[in-house]
Amino acid sequence: MRHIISIRDLDRAEIDGMLDHAQALQERRYDSEALKGRLLGLLFFEPSTRTRMSFASAIARLGGDSISMDSVEASSMVKGETLADTIRVVSGYVDAIVLRHPKEGAARLASEFAQVPVINAGDGAGQHPSQTLLDLYTIRQSMPLDGVTVGLLGDLRYGRTAHSLAHALSLYKATLHTISPKGLELPSGLAGELRDAGTEVVEHDDVQEVVKDLDVLYVTRIQRERFPDSASYFKVASSYRVTPELLTGVRDHLVVLHPLPRVNEIDPRVDQLPYARYFEQSANGIPVRMAMLLRVMA
Amino acid sequence: MRRAKGEPKGLLISPIENGTVIDHITAGEALNVLRIIGITGTTQESISVATNVESGKIGFKDIVKIKNRELRKDEVDKIALIAPRASINIIRNYKVWDKKGVEIPAEVVGIVRCPNPGCISNTNEPIESCFLVQPKGLRCVYCDWLISKDITSHII
Repeated sequence: MRHIISIRDLDRAEIDGMLDHAQALQERRYDSEALKGRLLGLLFFEPSTRTRMSFASAIARLGGDSISMDSVEASSMVKGETLADTIRVVSGYVDAIVLRHPKEGAARLASEFAQVPVINAGDGAGQHPSQTLLDLYTIRQSMPLDGVTVGLLGDLRYGRTAHSLAHALSLYKATLHTISPKGLELPSGLAGELRDAGTEVVEHDDVQEVVKDLDVLYVTRIQRERFPDSASYFKVASSYRVTPELLTGVRDHLVVLHPLPRVNEIDPRVDQLPYARYFEQSANGIPVRMAMLLRVMA
Repeated sequence: MRRAKGEPKGLLISPIENGTVIDHITAGEALNVLRIIGITGTTQESISVATNVESGKIGFKDIVKIKNRELRKDEVDKIALIAPRASINIIRNYKVWDKKGVEIPAEVVGIVRCPNPGCISNTNEPIESCFLVQPKGLRCVYCDWLISKDITSHII
């Protein structure tokens, strides 16, 4: 049985294969009844609108159907049921499970108890492989992934999307520039691991130092709850804001990405610039998630 | 303790008739070794422990003798994490019947607690902790957390 739990489980050939497949799907080269009669269970123990909707959309486009829990409050988790039991029960209802859960490693645990394939749709501060695949896919639409120079901006300590993406990019000999507020730097263990894998990781305090050298600027949200008070949050957040002024003189092919939702990290005026690709990135979630569903369900 | 010059040689702990002697344990780790192999004060075994004993091979070492119990290979390999140079002697009728080293296993299950408070293995789920043994340390199979130092303090 095939599960998709962590980007670490995939080698480069597998990632490339899924991105190629997603591209074919986006070009509408697919059987719209490929998963007819198949049922996907969407188990979201944390709120998420877009990931949940995009998986529902992806299965529907392949002729399948999906069911989901009404809400976390109504779930048996509140009654004290273990995730292991929930997974065993739901395995009997559906042909595959998409899981979002607040605890890290929840998807790995689910894969041990499930009788059907499990796709990780984010587990706590851990992995979110579908986001990473669609990030790579969006970069690849503009330039080859090999040797790409990527700036990771924002909360790199808790931001799971940045961790997974950094790991995946290390398979492509990328150069990573990290720009984050003090205390929200990339964990040193991860940075060391990336360097061991041959990836150049350069730390910066100021995005202006490096923005002109980038092929990709990957912006993540700085969460207000990480700061002791609003004043210190706003001070930091404003210095990490992407504005049209910041983007003057950048490379023509620069791609600005954001896993969304954004709050104040990107000035809405940037939306009009050719660099802004975050809405396309979000839309790319559909072909990428279709490719993931076909990989585990077909 | 280093012997004073001229002090007669003696045995710190007496030989056992049958059982297991774990020798060349990293000094100071004997009690952790016992914890890992599941021997606590409440179990039945008769045990002798010597710590910080002078050793020609590794400077100072700990020794553990367990009467009337022969440890299995999978039990002793678990201690390789904290005592990689330990040797295991199975004693029968006061003689060394079998002697082996320890090999670090590919994964360690139920021995080490994941330090990540957000890890699913630290909840009431019906699973044991599980770590892959990698060159840089132990990696949690659930949350990917890497324990690269001070493994002893994470032993359950």
